[in-house]
Amino acid sequence: MAEIVSSEKPLAVNPLKISQPVGASLAFLGLAQAMPLEHGARGCTSFNKLFFMRHFQEPIALQTTAMDQIAAVIGADGNVVDALRTIAEKNAPEVIGLITTALAETQGADIPRTVKAFRERHPEHDGIAIVPVSASDTLGCLETGFAAAVEAIIAALVPASVTAVRRPRQVNVLASSMLSPADIEAIREWMEAFGLQAVVLPDIGDSLDGHMIESGFSTLTYGGTPRAAIAAMGESIATLVIGNSLARAANLLRDRTGVPDHRFASLAGVEACDAFTQTLSDIARRPVPARLERHRAQLIDAMVDCHFQIGAARIAIAADADLLEAFLRFLPGAGAQVVAAVASARARRLAELPVERVVVGDLEDLETLARVARADLLIANSHGTEITARLGIPLLRAGFPLSDVYGGHARCQVGYRGSRQVLFDIANLLAARQRAVPPYRSLYWQGTPREQEAAAAAPAGLVT
Amino acid sequence: MRPDEASALRDEPNCSHNAGPKSGCAKPQPGATQGGCAFDGARNALLPIADVAHIVHGPIGCAGTSWDGRGSRSSGATLYRVGMTTDLSDMDVIMGRGEKRLFHAIRQAIDTYRPAAVFVYATCVPALHGDDYVAVAKAAQARWGVPVVPVDCAGFLGNKNFGNRIAGDAMLRHVIGTREPEPVPPGAIRPGITAHDVNLIGEWNIGGEFWSVAPLFDELGLRILCSFTGDARFREVQTMHRAEANMVVCSKAMIRVARTLRDRFGTPFFEGGFYGVAATSAALRGFATVLGDPVLAQRTEALIAREEAAVQEAIQPLRPKLEGKRVLIFAGGHKSWSLVSAMQHLGMNVVATGTEKSTEEDKARIRELMGPAGLMIQDNDQTALLRSFHEHRADILIAGDRYIYPALKARVPFLDVDHVRSVGYAGYAGAIELANNLAVTLHSPVWHHARTAPRWARQAA
Repeated sequence: MAEIVSSEKPLAVNPLKISQPVGASLAFLGLAQAMPLEHGARGCTSFNKLFFMRHFQEPIALQTTAMDQIAAVIGADGNVVDALRTIAEKNAPEVIGLITTALAETQGADIPRTVKAFRERHPEHDGIAIVPVSASDTLGCLETGFAAAVEAIIAALVPASVTAVRRPRQVNVLASSMLSPADIEAIREWMEAFGLQAVVLPDIGDSLDGHMIESGFSTLTYGGTPRAAIAAMGESIATLVIGNSLARAANLLRDRTGVPDHRFASLAGVEACDAFTQTLSDIARRPVPARLERHRAQLIDAMVDCHFQIGAARIAIAADADLLEAFLRFLPGAGAQVVAAVASARARRLAELPVERVVVGDLEDLETLARVARADLLIANSHGTEITARLGIPLLRAGFPLSDVYGGHARCQVGYRGSRQVLFDIANLLAARQRAVPPYRSLYWQGTPREQEAAAAAPAGLVT
Repeated sequence: MRPDEASALRDEPNCSHNAGPKSGCAKPQPGATQGGCAFDGARNALLPIADVAHIVHGPIGCAGTSWDGRGSRSSGATLYRVGMTTDLSDMDVIMGRGEKRLFHAIRQAIDTYRPAAVFVYATCVPALHGDDYVAVAKAAQARWGVPVVPVDCAGFLGNKNFGNRIAGDAMLRHVIGTREPEPVPPGAIRPGITAHDVNLIGEWNIGGEFWSVAPLFDELGLRILCSFTGDARFREVQTMHRAEANMVVCSKAMIRVARTLRDRFGTPFFEGGFYGVAATSAALRGFATVLGDPVLAQRTEALIAREEAAVQEAIQPLRPKLEGKRVLIFAGGHKSWSLVSAMQHLGMNVVATGTEKSTEEDKARIRELMGPAGLMIQDNDQTALLRSFHEHRADILIAGDRYIYPALKARVPFLDVDHVRSVGYAGYAGAIELANNLAVTLHSPVWHHARTAPRWARQAA
């Protein structure tokens, strides 16, 4: 049980939190032939698009209703209808995610009514699914916006009917925003090792993994969960839910379809991986393949090898709740100590985290806590570089954004192999800053040739 | 912002096409809009002032994804890289606590970071909600004795260019003219060299690029009172009214500042840029001309001759790789024409240039450089841009960073000239860097691989 402490500052300094509309848009970026549409001023979308581009190093499908000052005051329903029509005509997507922002929410936009008006005026576009999501910037964070969108997608695109299992090898995966494209790819392969076919919702592993397509540039997503596959989720044999932020979405899917689900807080570390592997074996009614056994043995070997570095290492983490939880469950199992945990937004379930205290705050709070707790290593997004430079400790990048490295989205941190790589990374970061004992120079060397050696530079690579 | 204030900002008598429709102010099309808002433009324009606490008053959407995202570099102070926002919550909006929160936020910024000044950027939600941030700024300044400048820049007011204007206006209203410059330090006085005080307006020091130009100013005896705003300090902005000459670097976005300084203080100004050899030389000559100092003019010519010869020598080996290559440029404002001249200097063939954020005046310059056959692309749609690229059989696309990934996905060689890039292209040294990077990109082996299918796929086809 953790004590939740709010930072209570009027000013957020070096914000950790990313807004809900960004999270909601990200969920739609995991659907095939999709276009997220943010209902707000043009700047909201411009910032978010650049943010995604720098994180994923990909073109990003994202549009705006471009509210101006007049629309902001007298109503922007016309902007929404206009935007939907324009996107339908120009881009012909299968799904449009209609996401509100703080501006639209403050104004009091009535999205369902506006969608109805669009349907009445433009029946020619009835084939395009429109999924409305309420995602004010004034509430929650990226993770909650993402979860709200997943819930909205299920509500709009999964038919409510409890049918018999028609696809006994098909398994649904609800994937939280903490999972990278590489994570999702690893989960898919993990399931395929048991002969199971995964329907991942949303599947940014298929759309944002960074791959060239024959036709070159596309204005829509480059892959993702097909609409038809979402509609068939009720025919699966089971649902695997990864990340506690998706609890509400998972409840809805279970209630709608009657498909039984299995929930996992994370898939990092040997315990979490074992639980997942066992579940897959049970669902598939197949033994654990030898290859997975080997990967597990490799992880255990790495844990043993790295424990000299990681044992008792003092780690400070800042992230959205799911990712924070993943590290809080994983790192202590490898012998590390989490000395500071900062979450981006308040949530009741933070109290369940296996740590003494969770501070709801920003990266300034993380810096203060890490300094006081004499942390050895920081885990945060790319903005953590400045902090670690000031604190003189290394940074393990995780979360959003990873904008100062290539391939941040291609890093896998789940599964036996992903967990092993995280351990290696942490151990290497800690080993690199291992301070050598500075040479002692005796008082009695004065006037002897040894005194002259003082001028010699430290050997290259040695940190003094 | 009142409608009359907004239209006053759109009015620019110094622009020859002022009477016509304002292309820079085109209404955005819902569902087909690219590019940032007025807040984006205003903060971008002022953020490089490095010793100021830049507070974004709004919910997390405005600052959360965008703080510390500017490529401007500072030679010392780093406060501008600290992200600050009031992070308005739903309860702040519902209960009307925004003003109070802002007031205490300003106090917190002053207490923790001792800034030279605090700039408050008011965004859409507090504007809609009716927060009186001007009054809050005034009260905070009176209470803590640190200048607090409100910047009224709700995103829905307009595009980035309009935000630039708002930023300039805020500086004219609240900052410029509030302090006198120091005398020239004795150590900087050199025989035969008269020191002249000048400003650069709209120079952002992206990737530190101005640092390769700044030594030339020192050499010529041009003291830069303020580089507005690249690597600037608050106290330098305060003294801008004392310059003898101003150069407008980023074309029209900041011309209002120069015009107002001319009208109020009689400071002459001229427009120019530092992208390319010709533009850089023209800029240096511009100062000599405007200042009317014949000795300076003489020394300037000698310096230009020396620098141009050095550039020629450096790019000579690159010429065979660049000559005749077809370039499509898509960059806003002054870059839409200064890059044309830079490419032509390298012997490249500019087939088209974008004019999304260009004013009518910028377009007139493009016509001058490219002739009547030169094509201008107004549409900022990414698909349309790639289509133009292929239609004109271009070899390389030069554009801002929002086009980089669409271009790369389409297997199109690309050079980034956006304001967030970390590479500097200004001045004579920048011209060499630009030529180098063009050659590297154009002749990279990756394009061959990206465009060639594997053998099995070719056999199947």
